[in-house]
Amino acid sequence: MGGSTYAEITPIKGRVELASTDHHTPLFQDENEIVRHATLSDFRKHPDFAKSKQQEELYLRKPGSETAWAMGVDMNACIGCNACVIACQAENNVPTVGKDQVLMEREMQWLRIDRYYEGTPDEPQTFFQPMFCQMCEEAPCEIVCPPGATVHDAEGLNLMIYNRCIGTRFCSNNCPYKVRRFNFFAYSADQNRPVVSWNNNVSVRSGGVMEKCTYCVQRIWSARIIAAQTGVGDGTLDVRTACQAACPTQAFSFGDENNHETEVYKRKQSPLDYQLLESLNTHPRTTYEALVSNPNPALGKTGA
Amino acid sequence: MSDIPLSEKIPAPLIGEPARRLFPTDPAMLPGLTIATITDRIAAIPLRHRGFIWWYALVLFFTIWVGGLAVGVIWTFYRGVGMYGLSWPVMWGFDIINYVWWIGIACGCAFISAAFYLIDADWRAGIGRIADICAVTAAACGGIFPIIHLGRPWLFYWLFPYPNTMGYWPNWRSPLLWDFWGILSFVAVVAVWALIGLIPDLAVLRDRATTRFRGTLYGVAAFGFRGSGAQWRRHDAIVRALAILMLLAAIDTHSIAALDFAGGLTPGWHTTQMPPYFVFGAVLSGAAMILLVSLPLRRLLRFTHLITGRHVDMLCKIMICSSLLVTYSYGMEAFMSWYSGLKSERAMFADRVMGPYAYIYWGTIAFNCLLPQLFWIRRLRFVQPLVWLVSFLVLVGMWMDPCKIVLGSLFRPHLPSAWGLFHVQWDDLITLLGSIGLFCMVLLIMIRILPMAPIGQLRRLLTRVASS
Repeated sequence: MGGSTYAEITPIKGRVELASTDHHTPLFQDENEIVRHATLSDFRKHPDFAKSKQQEELYLRKPGSETAWAMGVDMNACIGCNACVIACQAENNVPTVGKDQVLMEREMQWLRIDRYYEGTPDEPQTFFQPMFCQMCEEAPCEIVCPPGATVHDAEGLNLMIYNRCIGTRFCSNNCPYKVRRFNFFAYSADQNRPVVSWNNNVSVRSGGVMEKCTYCVQRIWSARIIAAQTGVGDGTLDVRTACQAACPTQAFSFGDENNHETEVYKRKQSPLDYQLLESLNTHPRTTYEALVSNPNPALGKTGA
Repeated sequence: MSDIPLSEKIPAPLIGEPARRLFPTDPAMLPGLTIATITDRIAAIPLRHRGFIWWYALVLFFTIWVGGLAVGVIWTFYRGVGMYGLSWPVMWGFDIINYVWWIGIACGCAFISAAFYLIDADWRAGIGRIADICAVTAAACGGIFPIIHLGRPWLFYWLFPYPNTMGYWPNWRSPLLWDFWGILSFVAVVAVWALIGLIPDLAVLRDRATTRFRGTLYGVAAFGFRGSGAQWRRHDAIVRALAILMLLAAIDTHSIAALDFAGGLTPGWHTTQMPPYFVFGAVLSGAAMILLVSLPLRRLLRFTHLITGRHVDMLCKIMICSSLLVTYSYGMEAFMSWYSGLKSERAMFADRVMGPYAYIYWGTIAFNCLLPQLFWIRRLRFVQPLVWLVSFLVLVGMWMDPCKIVLGSLFRPHLPSAWGLFHVQWDDLITLLGSIGLFCMVLLIMIRILPMAPIGQLRRLLTRVASS
């Protein structure tokens, strides 16, 4: 072209739909159900505001094994920066799908950040909630899969056996958290990226197969293998998931909740700790710490 | 045999008979027929050397149509189920809707055929064969969808507990697996039910066949039935036993189809009323399908003496009854979404009724609840174009019914962050329309080769009417 380059904005005719994985319509925040939150003064008055009434258990649940993997998400720390989303995508070979598929609501990210709003549209309070597989102890997805492609292991991981998946997609329909992603096409085959950019510890999923967060099972086993090789410990204390490692505010805690020395165990003892959609009795291993804000009354009523 | 001219062997009473209107006072069979003429009329149709001109035209039309379906399905197999309008929250779409629709029609036709056989209703004989053939054909149309909806359809046989070296065993807790066995058993029962019912009629065709080829074909299919007293006695016993089995299979197959939803945690699905609700809907769509098919066939095949005002009257009354039961289920559905106390259930229902899919919900109300109530007016039950139109619209409504359940629930899951939509694609429409074409084509082939009314039963009805 020559000469100086400059940007120019010209109006076009017609309408173009914007492809976005974020839902821009205001999502209702129904009475502290999904993102439980309170102001500091309310928290002082009701320290157990995030806790539901203890539900009676009719069924005797199976005892787990020695290790019980669990995750805690502190929503007080989350700033919605999306670093965990990208880290997860890179770690787990999650394919990108392109604009057309995003418009069809077929994005593949295993970890997403849900946003909820409260207050008026002019002055909303925004909540961020990282959302990924909750590793339900009573997982609704596992019951409904005809070939049994998604199963539980003794340590509480809800596993996806890609080779067994025939793509009925019932697991996704039955997942209350909607954290399962489906390869509507062979997305991985279409990725235009250098071979070295793939993580060779994670298998690539074919078309017609369901996938989801694994709690970075490959990292769990890497830690165990290294521990076995070096003879130092059993590796359970060394596991850091990709999202946890990438989080600048350390919102994630991960580890063995049977071991009372772990950070995840200690964090889960917080009065703020709660299970999402608890009333569905899914008993998730991922729990959230409710948001406590301390707004300055001088700056208006809302605003986190 | 083959040197006897067709015109001498088979009388042609089919041509030129005026299409008769329907009257409330019609008996189940109009007077004027004898045992011989019943047999002649029904058997003459499949035994014609050449089909009707309309038959050739329609078969050609629907073959091309089904070709479209085949191309669509093969293309989707090749590319992946992304060719359908499925999205992240709405993981099931037209395939499951079409499946529920067809299996509902199949179960409804089989239910009406078997139930009214068991209670010895006089009008059952006239439409019994049409109902059975529709049931078999609709089951075949419905049966393809659970397979083509799979992400990896070539692995569908993994639903069988077959011996293998992978230590693989299906998950018996999954409602989809129950459904797989439900369809298989239904197809088996309905095929046997239809075939056993056909045996004496196939024997008639064998005896009257004018070519060796046809004689052999019908002879093999008739399983050596010669019409002896002992054979008729055994045939009666087996048909009665099969009718009970067919009735149960029709009820439980669509109940199991309902469990695909009731067994799910999705808002709008998780209620115990689903199985009976589906069976009510099945009977409604079955009655509508029998009317939709038998009204034109009554004229085209000159069955005006065999399918009368009595049949249409009874089928319209079945539609009223099942429509009221479906309406009750719709009421319970609304009530349960409120009574569950879950905000997600209430939000889903509010959006189902007022959201982007509201037209589907109100379509089901209009076509399945309100429209059949027209037939409370006695006069309207005998206006053939109206009955046909209402039956057609009821079938449209019964397609919208699973549409409401599948799309109208999945698009509003528990977490509002996952709310989405179904994005209809050409492939969705091609498979829906293609399955309709397949139904029409198979039905036409059946008309060409099978007697479309049960000869033996109609003869028996005639003797019963004559002796009373």
